[in-house]
Amino acid sequence: MTSAALDPLAWLILLPMFWATLAFVLGLGRGAWLAIIGIALQLGLALALAGRLLAGGVPVHPVGGWGAPLGIDLAVDGLAATMLLLTQAVALPLAVYARSYFTGDSSERRFFWPLVGFLLAAMNALFVSADLFNLYVTLELLGLAAVGLVAAGGKVGQTAAALRYLLSTLVGSGAYLLGVAMIYGAYGSVSLSTLAPLVDRQAPAAVHLAAGLMLVGLTVKTALFPFHFWLPPAHGGAPAPVSALLSALVVKASYYLILRLWLGILAPLLAPGAAIAWLAGLLGCGAILWGSFKAIGTPNLKMLVAYSTVAQIGYLFIVFPLLGRTSPGDAALQGSVLHAVAHALAKSAMFTAAGVLVKATGQETIDGLAGVATRLPLTLFAFALAGVTLMGLPPSAGFLAKWLLLGAAIGQGQWLLVAVIVAGGLLAAAYVFRVLRHAFLPAPVAVSSRPVPRMLEWVAFGLAASSVLLGLRGMEILRLLAAGGSS
Amino acid sequence: MTVNETLPLAVIASSLLPGLIIFVLPESQVGLRSALNLLGALTKVILVGVLLAGVHAGETYAFRYAVLPGIDIAFKADALALLFVTLSATLWLLTTIYAIGYLEGAPNRSRFFGFFSLCVTATMGIAMAGNLFTFFIFYELLTLSTYPLVVHRGTPAALSGGNVYLAYTLAGGALLLVGMAWLYGLLGQVEFVHGGVVSTLRPENRGQLQIIFLLLIAGVGVKAALVPLHGWLPQAMVAPAPVSALLHAVAVVKAGAFGIVRIVYEVYGVEFAQSLDLLTPLAVVAAITILWGSLRALFQDDLKKRLAFSTVSQASYIVLGVALFGPAGTIGGLTHLAHQGIMKITLFFCAGNFAETLGTHKVSEMNGSGHRMPATTVAFSIAALGMIGAPFTAGAVSKAWLSEGAEAAGMAWAVWVLAASSLLNAAYFLPILYRAWFRPASAAWPHEHILARGWRETAWLLLLPPLITATAVLAAAIFADSAWSPLSWARLIAQREYLNAAP
Repeated sequence: MTSAALDPLAWLILLPMFWATLAFVLGLGRGAWLAIIGIALQLGLALALAGRLLAGGVPVHPVGGWGAPLGIDLAVDGLAATMLLLTQAVALPLAVYARSYFTGDSSERRFFWPLVGFLLAAMNALFVSADLFNLYVTLELLGLAAVGLVAAGGKVGQTAAALRYLLSTLVGSGAYLLGVAMIYGAYGSVSLSTLAPLVDRQAPAAVHLAAGLMLVGLTVKTALFPFHFWLPPAHGGAPAPVSALLSALVVKASYYLILRLWLGILAPLLAPGAAIAWLAGLLGCGAILWGSFKAIGTPNLKMLVAYSTVAQIGYLFIVFPLLGRTSPGDAALQGSVLHAVAHALAKSAMFTAAGVLVKATGQETIDGLAGVATRLPLTLFAFALAGVTLMGLPPSAGFLAKWLLLGAAIGQGQWLLVAVIVAGGLLAAAYVFRVLRHAFLPAPVAVSSRPVPRMLEWVAFGLAASSVLLGLRGMEILRLLAAGGSS
Repeated sequence: MTVNETLPLAVIASSLLPGLIIFVLPESQVGLRSALNLLGALTKVILVGVLLAGVHAGETYAFRYAVLPGIDIAFKADALALLFVTLSATLWLLTTIYAIGYLEGAPNRSRFFGFFSLCVTATMGIAMAGNLFTFFIFYELLTLSTYPLVVHRGTPAALSGGNVYLAYTLAGGALLLVGMAWLYGLLGQVEFVHGGVVSTLRPENRGQLQIIFLLLIAGVGVKAALVPLHGWLPQAMVAPAPVSALLHAVAVVKAGAFGIVRIVYEVYGVEFAQSLDLLTPLAVVAAITILWGSLRALFQDDLKKRLAFSTVSQASYIVLGVALFGPAGTIGGLTHLAHQGIMKITLFFCAGNFAETLGTHKVSEMNGSGHRMPATTVAFSIAALGMIGAPFTAGAVSKAWLSEGAEAAGMAWAVWVLAASSLLNAAYFLPILYRAWFRPASAAWPHEHILARGWRETAWLLLLPPLITATAVLAAAIFADSAWSPLSWARLIAQREYLNAAP
């Protein structure tokens, strides 16, 4: 590492902290441009990192010059680089969106920029951390920043949702921390690279228990059914840019960690087709069915989108029974990562579009959407395109993900999973078209439409279009995922 | 990229790009929008002409591009693709002209024409798909782009029709997806190849292959409106007339039938499908559909519904032709793909003219319309007679080949099905013609929108397309033996299919 001071790995964490602090100092509610420029730079850094990885490098950064096992290592592999790139690429348009979205001196706006900065710093740190305790710290910081964003509105419903969110996220990270402590007790190390050769099938029962605690804690934070109870009010009640950030990215962070542990240090404990894999898979099936079912029934537009997240998280978990060994060419793993990427883009598009619709109609219900097909065609089109990705219809990235998952499920003869994957797509169609159908109804005569900044509409459209067009570039994502070897 | 790679892409782009531009055009830009529409349609017809000449001379046009490891998006413009492409491209041009006239002054036209163009783009993709994966992409795109057209008017009836349409087509798409993913798991990439690719698999996969065939055919059978998967078609009749014309003659139903052709001939291979005992059940389903559609059509008073059930019946002629083992059946089925398209689109144009000009939507209101709108009624009569299979019409040609194919395949019962269907066709079309020509008109038309001015019975944009297609119905029969008729082209395809299918 010749120029440690310029290492993109470290700057991906420092930069958001820097602009978040500056935004806080500048005064509440200011710093939008700072954030946009900062995230743009981060995107550049993430791209540079991905480029280096694709060129065959294995970027590692020993923090403060002290490497593992004594110090803290930051490391990037294909999976981490994919998530880093995804995070910055989704955060940038959302920052642009948020700048136009928050008007006046709303309390939501006051704390938005500093909190988003810390959120991104925590998330980037999480993706590149290479030891269990450091991961805990990032996880906690991430959870607190996210809770802060939900609570910032200060309305009764939002505060209640934030408290519930806070409680679940603390329980989740508490369980994770307990697991880490037990691992440390057993092996005397928390570094992933040190632990990897130590953990094996003959590990003491305490290690198995620790693994269980860590996975359950992370599952709560990822809002897998039946731990999803905190998600819909938190995501549905927050302002649109916050909902988009949370649904698109934050739940993916803890999922990333599950995947990382599952494929990494915990792999020797998990025989292929282990009961716990099936438990995860079945809960995933439950999430798909229950989330979709609730989305079909809810009268509130943003709650519909939030329940859709509950359902889509299910897809991320049905891969566990299908995961073979840890080769990065595993179709199930590729499918789940592609799904995370596709869902992040589509869900941010859908929440931003829903934000525009709510702002324009002044109503939060789906019944209030009559006539928007004529008045806000661009936004509705964005919503529909995002819906295409969620339904897993071609040519979207969601389709490629579903194709890979379906192929893996059929190949292994898991017909239950095949049925759920297919049914999930049809159920998604049911709730997406429910919105579109209302939008096509003729507008009531006495309807007042408020003007909405065009920028909001274009951001939603851009995100939605990219979630669909990415379906034509699946190769690139998979190449990045396979680069640098998956640990 | 060579010219031979670019041409298929250009055919797709010629409707995709105008469509995307039209989406962002403001509602008031009528002239620019129409110009773009026509420019796209004309460009496409010209490009298709170039392709036709090339393929006839033995050129190959193909393009491929990898999306996932081992999964390509592939286009190829072979003889079979061009049969469908040519049909769609020419009928799209006419339908565009018709739609511009039909929707004059209606709201949300940018949206309408945008999705209209996407719909044709999807059809082109289906026609030129080089493998099953690509076919599926455009097959689903077609579902999505036709939904806004079906619900275009935003009335409760339109929305509920749209719901039914979606429920059927998305469920069909899901079956197709499962079958396809399964087949890819067994075979790797499933290319469309003369003689099929499945026969390379070992015999112990026989059971699986039969199930996959069922899934695939059920998937595309929804769009082809095979009984009992046809329920959406009469419901989708709430759409505006140009959309119905498009759904029935150019895009949706044809896409389904075309999918069956590709799956039987180029995935399974007609001989291998025969050896798996798959063709006879398919022929039986087609025969049931033919009879059931015709029977239901008898009892519809709504003109468009009657035509819809007629489509259910007629589209299965194509399926029947495919399921009859032997070149004659193939030729009959493929010829009918084109002939049914021309005839059915004429009928829908005319039905739209009756509705727009006089406000008549029902068969029982059509008394005397032949005197008020002679040109439209002549076109309607020609197409209706064609459907019955009267001499000197396109329908007679394809039915003759189908009957011959049935005999050659040793399925004499299919000949009886065809004869019975002709009788039924006559039973539901001739009363319409009788009413239109020989019954006196009632005192006033239900809702006369467009008044007759001299010899012009309706707006000329509405009149021209059905007259052209009606002429084509006659020309396709009279010049059936010329080199460029649908029949000759179908013979070319059959020749290449059976020549290469040698074991």
